[in-house]
Amino acid sequence: MTNWSVILKIARTHLTTKMKSTVTAALGVTFGIGAYITMAGFMTGLNNLLDGLTLNRTPHVRLYNEIAPSKKQPVSLYTDFKGAFNVVTSIKPKETQIKIHNALPILKYLKTNDDVKGATPQLQAQIFYLSGSIELGGILIGADIMEEARLSNINDYIVTGSTEALKNNANGILLGAGLADKMSLSVGDRIQVATVSGSIFPLKIVGIYQSGLAEIDNSQSYVNLKTAQRILGQPENYITDIHIKLFDIEAAPAMAKRWERQFDIQAIDIKEANAQFETGSSIRNLITYAVSLTLLIVAGFGIYNILNMLIYEKMKDIAILKATGFSGRDVSLIFISQAVIIGLLGGILGLMVGFGLSVLIDNTPFETEALPTIKTYPINYNPLYYAIGIGFAILSTFIAGYLPANKAKNMDPIKIIRGT
Amino acid sequence: MKLVLETRNINKHFYKPKDFHVLKDISFGIQPGEFTSIVGKSGCGKSTLLYILSTMDTEYTGELYLNDQLITGKSHEELSRIRNRHIGFVFQFHYLLAEFSVLENVMLPAKKLAEKSLKEIEHDAHEKLKMLHIGHLAQQRASRISGGEKQRVAIARALINNPTILMGDEPTGNLDSHNSENVFNIFRNLAQEKGLSLLVVTHDNDFAKRTDRIIEMEDGNILK
Repeated sequence: MTNWSVILKIARTHLTTKMKSTVTAALGVTFGIGAYITMAGFMTGLNNLLDGLTLNRTPHVRLYNEIAPSKKQPVSLYTDFKGAFNVVTSIKPKETQIKIHNALPILKYLKTNDDVKGATPQLQAQIFYLSGSIELGGILIGADIMEEARLSNINDYIVTGSTEALKNNANGILLGAGLADKMSLSVGDRIQVATVSGSIFPLKIVGIYQSGLAEIDNSQSYVNLKTAQRILGQPENYITDIHIKLFDIEAAPAMAKRWERQFDIQAIDIKEANAQFETGSSIRNLITYAVSLTLLIVAGFGIYNILNMLIYEKMKDIAILKATGFSGRDVSLIFISQAVIIGLLGGILGLMVGFGLSVLIDNTPFETEALPTIKTYPINYNPLYYAIGIGFAILSTFIAGYLPANKAKNMDPIKIIRGT
Repeated sequence: MKLVLETRNINKHFYKPKDFHVLKDISFGIQPGEFTSIVGKSGCGKSTLLYILSTMDTEYTGELYLNDQLITGKSHEELSRIRNRHIGFVFQFHYLLAEFSVLENVMLPAKKLAEKSLKEIEHDAHEKLKMLHIGHLAQQRASRISGGEKQRVAIARALINNPTILMGDEPTGNLDSHNSENVFNIFRNLAQEKGLSLLVVTHDNDFAKRTDRIIEMEDGNILK
């Protein structure tokens, strides 16, 4: 049976009479946890930002038709040549349409799938932008713009205008910022696009978007899917890409493989397309944890030292407690609870310091060409980091306190009493 | 007659720095209400014997009984509880927890025992302090009172759980003659009026002479 009220009372008295070392030890923890919270928040905030730059724009799975030579040439289907050594030279891809066959039924099927958050059709076409005498090559994307806005963060990148404006204007275009700059165009101006086949189509600029990636901003623009189909003179089922967002990004590779077989189509998943981002994020996380862990270990050693000294100072007390009927376990609990109290107080203070610094960073101006909608440094306020922080504070102080406490537990009261 | 404390053939060796047979076949008993003193020269093993009797030292052979119950071989956890419940201990140096008040020092063993409510414990502690004429010191810090007062606080602490036996290791060794007299009278009264058994190791022959029974030790043996 453990009498906690007595143990905690003794622990508290020890802590309050040694206020200076208690505060020093607690501040060590505060420093470690505060730095951890700030670093974790800042680093992951930055990670999310960088990931968002590319990953959020990338669909989890993209379905498209690729023009490629057939893997199985007719000669291998012919049984008479079976076992023979066939050489086919100068293989060329078969002429085929770039559109996805049965795009609308596929889309309908995907939208009813439980794993799919959303699927949007796209029509991507090579076009020329004409403004006065200027002629620039680029890509026109016809998209279901409201669905796009729901599934990706395209809204974050629209500098002027809005997705609604595009939706409400059948002849509207969301122009890339680089294009707008080069042609000195702004919202409300007119621009003409010419298709590869030569037809020219006038459009009205309803918005400018800046993704932060120059090669996209210098070439890409959005129009409504129907507008794009009209420009190209194609029917309503002419769709070249289907972009799919899943609920669970981890399932993307498996789903991509399944759909590739199911629809006889090319499917590329986000992991395949952006493998390097994953690596970058995990390395940054690793650095965050390594630095915070170091800080906490240093704080842990501080606590260990202070408790160790306290135990030598309190040897007589330990002897009296043992002589008057406190067991070794009670004595060790007294010292462990001191360590944990230091950890808890220092940790909570550390969370507050970390939160304060995060807010400070969150309000520090940070303007960059690449990220038009970002005005301050990014911070991630994920409560998980706060939980990890306080958990680690308690764990590390427990370990730092356990060793000296164990020493106190095994101290022989007779030796202490005799020694004087 | 029923014995409060009994030893049977207790032997103890010190192995460091070399083998030394410090207690040799110690067998004796203490009756309820008996005021016993153990005397002997330095190094005769009297303190060692007392620590074995107090259950703090467990490295010995032989058997120790408290209230006819075998103590030898019990776990440290159980021994702590027995010490807490049945044995009061007074040291030569008055050993109080310096940061606590006098009252808290006295209450501590009772709080550990947790048989009574906090209110009762506080009441008991005040009673014990008053009995030893130091009731007015209750709220003082333990580090702020004189040596004689400290020893009386230590006695009050030893008595708080109404132990079966009170043990003292040179309880007057560090006190002037006036305070020694005081402590002796307290012990005397406890034995006579409360029927408490007392076992005191002492150098002080005058002190020993006035006790009910003297156990004289030499070279690890009991002489009489």
